[in-house]
Amino acid sequence: MDLTIVWIGLIGIAILAYVILDGFDLGLAILFPFFRKRQDRDVMMNSVAPVWDGNETWLILGGGALFAAFPLAYAILMPAVYAPVTAMLLGLIFRGVAFEYRWRTERLRVFWEAAFTGGSFVAALAQGITLGAILQGVDIDGREYSGGWWDWLTPFSLLTGISVVVGYSLLGACWLIMKTRGSLQDKAFRLARWYGIGMLLCIFAVSLATVFLEESYYHRWFDFPAILLTSQIPLLTAIAAFALFWALRKRRDYAPFLIALSLFGLTFAGLMVSIFPYMVPNRITIWDAAAPHSSQLFMLVGAAVLLPIIIAYTAYSYWVFRGKVDPDAGYH
Amino acid sequence: MSSFFPDALLLARFQFAFTVAFHIIFPAFSIGVASYLAVLEGLWLLTKRQVYMDLFKYWVKIFAIAFGMGVVSGLVMSYQFGTNWSVFSDKAGPVVGPLMAYEVLSAFFLEAGFLGVMLFGMNKVGPRLHYVATLAVAIGTFFSAFWILAVNSWMQTPQGFSINEVGQFVPESWLAIIFTPSFPYRLVHMLIAAYLTTALVVGAVGAWHLLRDRANAGARTMFSMAMWMLVIVGPIQVLAGDAHGLNTLEHQPVKIMAMEGHYESHADGAPLYLFGLPDQKAGELKYALGIPHLGSLILKHDPNAPMDGLDTVPRELWPPVPVVFWSFRVMVGLGFLMVGLGAWALLSRLRGKLYAQPWLFRASLLMGPAGFIAVVAGWITTEVGRQPYTVYGHLLTADSASPIAAPALAASLIAFVLIYFAVFAAGTFYMLRLMGHPPQTDEPEPSPTVPKRAAGLMPGPAEGPSNLSR
Repeated sequence: MDLTIVWIGLIGIAILAYVILDGFDLGLAILFPFFRKRQDRDVMMNSVAPVWDGNETWLILGGGALFAAFPLAYAILMPAVYAPVTAMLLGLIFRGVAFEYRWRTERLRVFWEAAFTGGSFVAALAQGITLGAILQGVDIDGREYSGGWWDWLTPFSLLTGISVVVGYSLLGACWLIMKTRGSLQDKAFRLARWYGIGMLLCIFAVSLATVFLEESYYHRWFDFPAILLTSQIPLLTAIAAFALFWALRKRRDYAPFLIALSLFGLTFAGLMVSIFPYMVPNRITIWDAAAPHSSQLFMLVGAAVLLPIIIAYTAYSYWVFRGKVDPDAGYH
Repeated sequence: MSSFFPDALLLARFQFAFTVAFHIIFPAFSIGVASYLAVLEGLWLLTKRQVYMDLFKYWVKIFAIAFGMGVVSGLVMSYQFGTNWSVFSDKAGPVVGPLMAYEVLSAFFLEAGFLGVMLFGMNKVGPRLHYVATLAVAIGTFFSAFWILAVNSWMQTPQGFSINEVGQFVPESWLAIIFTPSFPYRLVHMLIAAYLTTALVVGAVGAWHLLRDRANAGARTMFSMAMWMLVIVGPIQVLAGDAHGLNTLEHQPVKIMAMEGHYESHADGAPLYLFGLPDQKAGELKYALGIPHLGSLILKHDPNAPMDGLDTVPRELWPPVPVVFWSFRVMVGLGFLMVGLGAWALLSRLRGKLYAQPWLFRASLLMGPAGFIAVVAGWITTEVGRQPYTVYGHLLTADSASPIAAPALAASLIAFVLIYFAVFAAGTFYMLRLMGHPPQTDEPEPSPTVPKRAAGLMPGPAEGPSNLSR
């Protein structure tokens, strides 16, 4: 069996898991400025406090597994996106510590709330820019990145950056719909509608920009007979979009979040159509970048045993903290 | 390269050193505190004595802050390999990458998955399952140390690999890669260091409150537990450190030469230099103050055993001796002070005066941060002592760095320094403030029998996070 395929699949799962799990944490923080009441903010933060740490761990797994299973891709791509990755890490520092610090100070509470929102915004934007910078291709020379250190910054990467911010905000709003009630939930419904429209516009813009970015991307999407298959993705996206607005109109508690997740899944599938099997577009395939068989096999044994266990206790943790957050019960 | 900027390699090294030195402080503390919390909760479950639960609730709040800082500073480390050391990542990734993936899979998820339950879930899952969560977090910190020290030990004493046609290290035997010769020593030395660090902090906090109120039951218990830990673990650490040193002499003799300040060879017994000023340019230890033959006695168990010095090693393979020489002395000096503090506490205890000695309290308070300083000094010794290699003997640091220009590195380094000092200073301040509050005895008992409130749409335990750490 080709372990390289298995590993790209596992890394894909880790990245998707990260995007949807930390996506709602980050999005919720980005929405903080819309909620002025102290109690609303307490509830919002408490709704993710027990799980954000586990959510962020998927990012470490994604980076770690890329390092281990595709060291060449990691070695080329990380220097290429040096600035956005550094910005993301620094943003995540502010976001992460704000969870604890905000409760420890009255005087600087507003500051740590700003750090929570600002850090999350920077992290989301930087993740989107990183995605765009990789999609638009990077210069390499031998086994090294050879481009400049501003190559990542283009109109396209800014577009993908903003799109990720908007998408995470939609997830955050839908999470709040699921976890809260009353006026907070009402506001989350309104926000979800606006960000839902925004997300669809972003999906449309990024899709269009991507297929005209590289000739190869165009052919992957529009050549016959591939188009029979690839056209299903926009079709399903349209269906999911209708379902989302229907669920928001009907004021469903859970459906908006699940549908927003499916939208992310579809954009992820679209991404795969564009770049698979390349890791550095049109330059390095997953097989070029793959670690030796012995590395992949050794890790696969661990992943096969541990990932199901991880998923089980992560699910358990979500189960323990299921249901609406009680506004009266702060923890600190 | 612009003359305004220092060498890109030096900047990359400094950035890594800065971020990793900052990072190691938090795991060193959280490994110890996680175990301490598991002991406290275990004692509470066994004895039902209120003081243990009070202390658990007291320290779990501090743990949460330290753990949070450890998570975010650790996330930075996992991406620095790629951003700043991309050639190293390409070449050594097939060997060290899987070990780090195991760390994420077996440790980080375990910690993160159960931390929520540990911090917020006492009322939701009950004391027994809660204890399982506490244990899981403690075990997670241990696994984390296991894997990351396996990575580091492989870089110090690499084995079990071959090198392929594009210059990558290809794993041949995973057992050999994980269990390198220096690994057991480094693991034991570091775990004990984490316990000592925690014991010193717990002891200092206890001492601080005993200085103000000798009757505070929580302060007495934590001080007593911390001093027991010092008495027992301090001397073990001296032995473990000595064994680690002998192991290093066998596998990385050049590092020992740098630690000892042995620029010159000693054909008939090397002295143990206590102090001196290493002069790297001249290749000599100036103003050396040493005890003749003691170096050979300690390292070779024979006062007259010959010992090679750096004069037998090509100059371009010398580590920066002044750094290694001094950081080693700082670590060892603090280590002996810790043993001394433990002995003093033991004598006081035997005379029945453990809680009646203000000067012992003051000394404990002063020694509170000593563990952190010793840990950082120890890591500087072993990491700088590995230079000029990243993978000892096989890959030079100069050949490991990313093709990143110096100005980009300088900008990111400045950002890291500013943000780390601001963010982690704030965290340290909040921890110190929590430590400044005396442990209370009137905190509400976390109990599974708290009536469950009626819960909106979802039935069952939806009453929100507990009041565990209020």
